[in-house]
Amino acid sequence: MAQAIAPLPAAASPHRPASHQPALLFRVWRAITRNLVVFYAFLALLYIYLPVIVVVIFSFNDNTGRYNFTWQGFTLKSWLNPCGVSGLCPAMVKSLQLAALSTLGATLLGTMIAFAIVRHRFSGRTATNVLIFMPMATPEIVMASSLLALFLNLGIPTGFGTILIGHILFNISYVVVTVKARLQGMNSSLEEAAMDLYANEWHTFHKITLPLVTPGIISAALLAFALSFDDFIVANFNSGNVVTFPMFVWGAAQRGVPPQINVMGAAMFIVALGLALASLAMQRRSA
Amino acid sequence: MKTNLAGPAAELRITNLVKRFGTAAAGANNFMAVDNVSLTVPPGSFFAMLGPSGCGKTTTLRMVAGLEQPTSGEILLNGKDITHLKPYHRPVNTVFQNYALFPHLTVHENVAFGLRRKGEPDIAKRVDAMLELVQLNDFGARRPAQLSGGQQQRVALARALINAPQVLLLDEPLGALDLKLRRQMQLELKRIQTEVSTTFRPVPPDQEEAMTMADTIAVMRHGRVEQLASPVDLYERPATAFVANFLGKSNLLEGRVTGTDGALLLVETHGVALRLPAANRPATTTNDLLVGVRPEKLHMAAAGAQLPASHNKLQATVTDSSFMGVSTQYVVRTAWQQELTVFTQNLGVDGMRARDTAVQLHWDPQHTFAVPRTGALPETEEET
Amino acid sequence: MSTVPARRGLLSGTRWMPYALLLPGLLWLALFFVTPILTLLSTSLQEGSISTGFRLTWRIANYTDAFWNYREQFGRSILYASLSTLLALVICYPLAYFIAFRAGRYKNLMLLIVVAPFFTSFLIRTLSWKIILADSGFVVRVFQTLGLLPAGGRLLATSVAVVAGITYNFLPFMTLPLYTSLERLDASLIEAAGDLYAGPVTAFFKVTFPLSMPGVVAGTLLTFIPAAGDYINVRFLGTPAQYMLGNVIDSRFLAVLDYPTAAALSITLMFTILVLVGLYVRRAGTEDLV
Repeated sequence: MAQAIAPLPAAASPHRPASHQPALLFRVWRAITRNLVVFYAFLALLYIYLPVIVVVIFSFNDNTGRYNFTWQGFTLKSWLNPCGVSGLCPAMVKSLQLAALSTLGATLLGTMIAFAIVRHRFSGRTATNVLIFMPMATPEIVMASSLLALFLNLGIPTGFGTILIGHILFNISYVVVTVKARLQGMNSSLEEAAMDLYANEWHTFHKITLPLVTPGIISAALLAFALSFDDFIVANFNSGNVVTFPMFVWGAAQRGVPPQINVMGAAMFIVALGLALASLAMQRRSA
Repeated sequence: MKTNLAGPAAELRITNLVKRFGTAAAGANNFMAVDNVSLTVPPGSFFAMLGPSGCGKTTTLRMVAGLEQPTSGEILLNGKDITHLKPYHRPVNTVFQNYALFPHLTVHENVAFGLRRKGEPDIAKRVDAMLELVQLNDFGARRPAQLSGGQQQRVALARALINAPQVLLLDEPLGALDLKLRRQMQLELKRIQTEVSTTFRPVPPDQEEAMTMADTIAVMRHGRVEQLASPVDLYERPATAFVANFLGKSNLLEGRVTGTDGALLLVETHGVALRLPAANRPATTTNDLLVGVRPEKLHMAAAGAQLPASHNKLQATVTDSSFMGVSTQYVVRTAWQQELTVFTQNLGVDGMRARDTAVQLHWDPQHTFAVPRTGALPETEEET
Repeated sequence: MSTVPARRGLLSGTRWMPYALLLPGLLWLALFFVTPILTLLSTSLQEGSISTGFRLTWRIANYTDAFWNYREQFGRSILYASLSTLLALVICYPLAYFIAFRAGRYKNLMLLIVVAPFFTSFLIRTLSWKIILADSGFVVRVFQTLGLLPAGGRLLATSVAVVAGITYNFLPFMTLPLYTSLERLDASLIEAAGDLYAGPVTAFFKVTFPLSMPGVVAGTLLTFIPAAGDYINVRFLGTPAQYMLGNVIDSRFLAVLDYPTAAALSITLMFTILVLVGLYVRRAGTEDLV
């Protein structure tokens, strides 16, 4: 395109000396606000990290009393003996099992729904969207209590299975939303190109669609895992005599918090951060 | 070069092709994208489709590729009905408008994709040869995102061509490139076409490109083919007012046939007698028509100057002029207040003609065409 | 609402394909979301006790009784959730803005750093706040030195601590949608506004903020909804004087075994939130959330 500079009559010119002022003011203000934003972001980060720092510090606390609330000296003994508190590690294992199974179930069901919504025409689209939106607009306590009401009414004993049902339920909607976003961002001409290049429906799905949607499915699965692993409310209502890790922490908070809980918390943070950094590094390398 | 790069070029014949979007029941959603299109593309030819956006060219192309199912009609390739074949069963390949390169595969894997699916031998060697042809030998290991627009396009072309399609479809593939790259690619396409002698069927985005590249052009509008002809015929003897103004600019004058004079047709327009080759008379039943002449065919002379006796003549007044270097574009007004456009070559003889100067326009009757008045449009109101 | 695909794609397969894809998931939602809510509805209209059994008597008064008896907790749920949402917006907007516009190539890294702390368990985070805000902790001492808190005044076991805890716990739900919509925003639009003599404040309120509205709406909803139903923060950081509706539902359901009241409160909470969300989304003009 050609560039054109058309000098305007003086009266209409935006370049009168007087109007330099707003531009200058704008620049000065922007310089201030820029650094303000940096300063503010730093403060916000501090706020976000304060509890984590405390968790990590108190995981090294040489705690003797019931409550791990005051600093008494440095020790590695909690880290060397993370399962030293009875019930902690079994609860952890239960939570990991629940998270893994509910992730598997919700990712499968949610991804199928996302494909149907983005790639297909069907009647009842609005009803489907409402049904998927509703669980996200419902507080967890309502979901938890309604599930319990159902199980009580049907005489189904609560336990591992009932928690799993609840976790898959609240994860489905999040999986649908995440995978849907990825699918919508995908250009359908890629699949057409594959079919034009002699790939049948199955090969097109297998070689093109799936690899391209996989990042979306992975983030959906990670989100589902995190939500399930961290859930207290649904588990608390529907657990029977099963104890998940958050429930163990809840119980410990009433009785006394061993430093091992901080060890677990710190380890979760480190594992999450490590995984995230690794995936970031991989992204950067392949880009 | 190597003939094994492409299969035998085939004749593509489209008969009464219709594509209707929306439900079969009548309604506002019922949109005729392609309305009864019939055309034949000879083997080995470079065929282009032109028209404003939404004219149905891309839909036609998608139906040939098998990406869209026609509502009715037939598509024949070398006499074989391919209308309802799946895209992966057709010896037809497409270069997509946005290239549609697979972002998660390397250039080499992209080009090899079709051969792998067909289970053909010597894939690595053939891919290397194809990458050499499009001058991308060193780029095989890269991902599409690491290539420039022009390189991506050559990958898309290589990926389609390596399958030796009987027909290669190009959907405005040069649209996204800048002018310089576009020229380069046009020449490259031409060169590759000569080398592999596949039937090309591109949909170039602009008229000029189509003119340079294609042997045959179909001008489409509202889902119909307005005219199917060689670039020269399209330009010199447009069949409709739409074609006359879509490819370049035309001056169209309302006229009425009054008789013949040998091989010439006599037409009266606003009281002025004009002549044109009788062969250019459109096949209509009425005597009413539009007489057309291209701006560069018009000569401009001073009022009262001696003019060639055989030429058509008009009196007019200059209303505007813009100097464009090699030529000057004038807008002149006739006695009946119609504005006409005249291009005069800058030969350094006449100098600029000032506003309100009375002038005479004259041109060779052989440079006159005629189109039906029905469906006439003053301008291309739906320009791309 | 969401965009309808323009054409039936090649991969659409057969006519029943979408229904086959939808069926398992939607069945799950119908069985374990819709029927439980209906069961809850029926429970909320029953009478009786755990020893004599419950019977459906369509007792609407369960609702009026429950609402009247727990109006304070109900009001507190809405108030605390609204305050926390507003605070989270104020905290997260500049942070998201910073990551989107000023973090350059470290955008993704910054985002990870912001989200990572929330992978330590919700309850552990909240317990950590208990340590931070403890009466002998340095935050209380700093506040007392600055005169923001009287000598012997405390933060723990107050509504301040509860709101602070709720705000903190749902920060990622605010940050991520805000970041997504700000990141999509074309920075040249803001420059264009500056070029057209909009002061930076005007430019922000006339251009940046309206364009980030989808993120603001999504973020506030994702924060408000769980915040309104939360009862963990109150249990760890507050006292019964700060109890929210969640605490009441929890104890009515699991300790007192007064199912009808608990159910009536759950249904009330759910519909209040749905109505608020519906009104809010309509006002904000962004209905494309699903």
